[in-house]
Amino acid sequence: MADFDKIIIGGKEFNSRFILGSGKYNVELIKAAIEHAGAEIITLALRRTNTNDKENITEFIPKNVTLLPNTSGARNAQEAVRIARLAKEAGCGNFVKIEIMKDSKYLLPDNYETVKATEILANEGFIVMPYMFPDLNTARDLYNAGAASVMPLAAPIGSNKGLCAKEFIQILIDEIDLPIIVDAGIGRPSQACEAMEMGASAVMTNTAIATAGNIVQMAGAFKKAIEAGREAYLAKLGRVKDKGASASSPLTGFILD
Amino acid sequence: MQDIMTYTSDMEIIESDIQDKVLSALESYDYTKYTKDDVLTALGKDICTIEDYKALLSEAASDMLEEMAVKAKQERMKHFGTNVYLFTPLYISNYCENYCVYCGFNCHNKIKRARLNLEEIEKEMQAIKAQGLEEILILTGESRRMSDVEYIAQAVKTARKYFKMIGLEVYPMNTKDYEYLQKSGADYITVFQETYNPEKYKELHLGGHKRIYPYRFNAQERALKGGMRGVAFAALLGLDDFRKDAFATGLHAYLLQKKYPHAEISFSCPRLRPIINNDKINPKDVHEKQLLQVILAYRIFMPYAGLTISTRERADFRDNVLALAATKISAGVSTGVGSHSDNSNDKGDDQFIISDDRNVIEVYNAIKAKGMQPVTNDYIYV
Repeated sequence: MADFDKIIIGGKEFNSRFILGSGKYNVELIKAAIEHAGAEIITLALRRTNTNDKENITEFIPKNVTLLPNTSGARNAQEAVRIARLAKEAGCGNFVKIEIMKDSKYLLPDNYETVKATEILANEGFIVMPYMFPDLNTARDLYNAGAASVMPLAAPIGSNKGLCAKEFIQILIDEIDLPIIVDAGIGRPSQACEAMEMGASAVMTNTAIATAGNIVQMAGAFKKAIEAGREAYLAKLGRVKDKGASASSPLTGFILD
Repeated sequence: MQDIMTYTSDMEIIESDIQDKVLSALESYDYTKYTKDDVLTALGKDICTIEDYKALLSEAASDMLEEMAVKAKQERMKHFGTNVYLFTPLYISNYCENYCVYCGFNCHNKIKRARLNLEEIEKEMQAIKAQGLEEILILTGESRRMSDVEYIAQAVKTARKYFKMIGLEVYPMNTKDYEYLQKSGADYITVFQETYNPEKYKELHLGGHKRIYPYRFNAQERALKGGMRGVAFAALLGLDDFRKDAFATGLHAYLLQKKYPHAEISFSCPRLRPIINNDKINPKDVHEKQLLQVILAYRIFMPYAGLTISTRERADFRDNVLALAATKISAGVSTGVGSHSDNSNDKGDDQFIISDDRNVIEVYNAIKAKGMQPVTNDYIYV
């Protein structure tokens, strides 16, 4: 990957475009997963850090990795804001991933409350990375509210179903001048690769890694796929012919001058 | 004797059609009509419908536990990964005004009664905290006189000093009481309906507030209206037809989550255990095979729901079920009153006899040995 191809989020540069989740697998695997993923950002739920656990998850995360605490458990903007402030007080840094769910069944993000929380926290100086349902109007509102990136879901969280929302994510990539980080639902490296080929700035996965037969090996597979997809995007994909071939005799050959 | 469907004057009545829907579905549920093909169809779907759930609880499915286990394990991993949540129950009083013929705490059973004062409660909590736990479930017998709402609230406020997550398993109460307890620091309520069959319920609950079926049935809904984050459901399997009771339990939870989408749902899976002074009570109808079928069906029907595996079960059964379906396990359990800080001198007798008496470290290590991740807290009170 070219040295100049860094992703910048909230003014901070990252070489890796793979953001790793931490919440669904054994803590002793986190370090190896990060290393094989080449990840520089790892998400974790603040509620998991809020513990005196003898295996506190934060102790398993290498210090050179940027923590991205999320607000999971928040049901509205007010709760998300409180959790974000607690994260900062707990020493988790300035980054925050907004997750607001009012539905415990599908865990779909509440876009309206997410915009509200983003505005409040961006004004307080947080680097806000909101998880959202891929909707252009919401993405514009998030941009105007001061989001540092937009994190649309590809499919229901935990589903491993891949780029179900592909068309709508493409619209965000084309229209929003922020890093678009595809989050939730990506189940296979090939799907992560496709998201990157589309022009996504980064991919985040958790369940795809956690449910793999070999967590560390799968982290490495995603790394390669994301890099391949990025290279392909930078190289610019060749055009796809939907049907047939090019006419051998030009259709406009009759023009004389 | 009091009619079980008639509220007493102090009981809040809420507008809800969920009980009618559950009882109607319960009446028409015929678990003998489903075939192995119905079970395979259910297992092949992404979303398990109510009809699929009926098939999973059927007699035909009882010979397909292996197939069900594969599906349940996949769902468990998708939603919870390897996480296993640890907690312990704390019994602060075993006085009870109900007469439930199967329960060791019932008011006619001659057992040692006790009610801890706040100082004793705090001592118990300190002893539990010292084991490394961050979640506690506070329980009382069902006596509003001996353990009123203010007493429970004081226990909750004390618990807030030591624990991140506080659940309650106490007598059903009105919305405003739940609201007060939520503001005091509790966020989860567990109420067992015991059996959903009104006729059986009438035979088993001979006195006290608990005799009023709909007031108990609607407790979770009142708790959600009062601001509680999560509600837990259970039938005591073996009291009546366990397939029907399991079906009603799942449907009750499903309909309530549909009405209150933010509600965090969880299940407990108790079956009858021997109790003091009643050797006729035995878990003879619901064996491990039947219990496992119910647990797997809960997991597949509501894959996002929490599921607690009881200390009523033996250690090896609990450990294995955690990898397939259950998400939560109690450790360092005593169902007596005052026995965490002074095990040599229980102030009150136990509610039931447990099968898994491992301490927290032993449970923790057993979970790790299964390749799972013990988690003492995944909750923040906001």
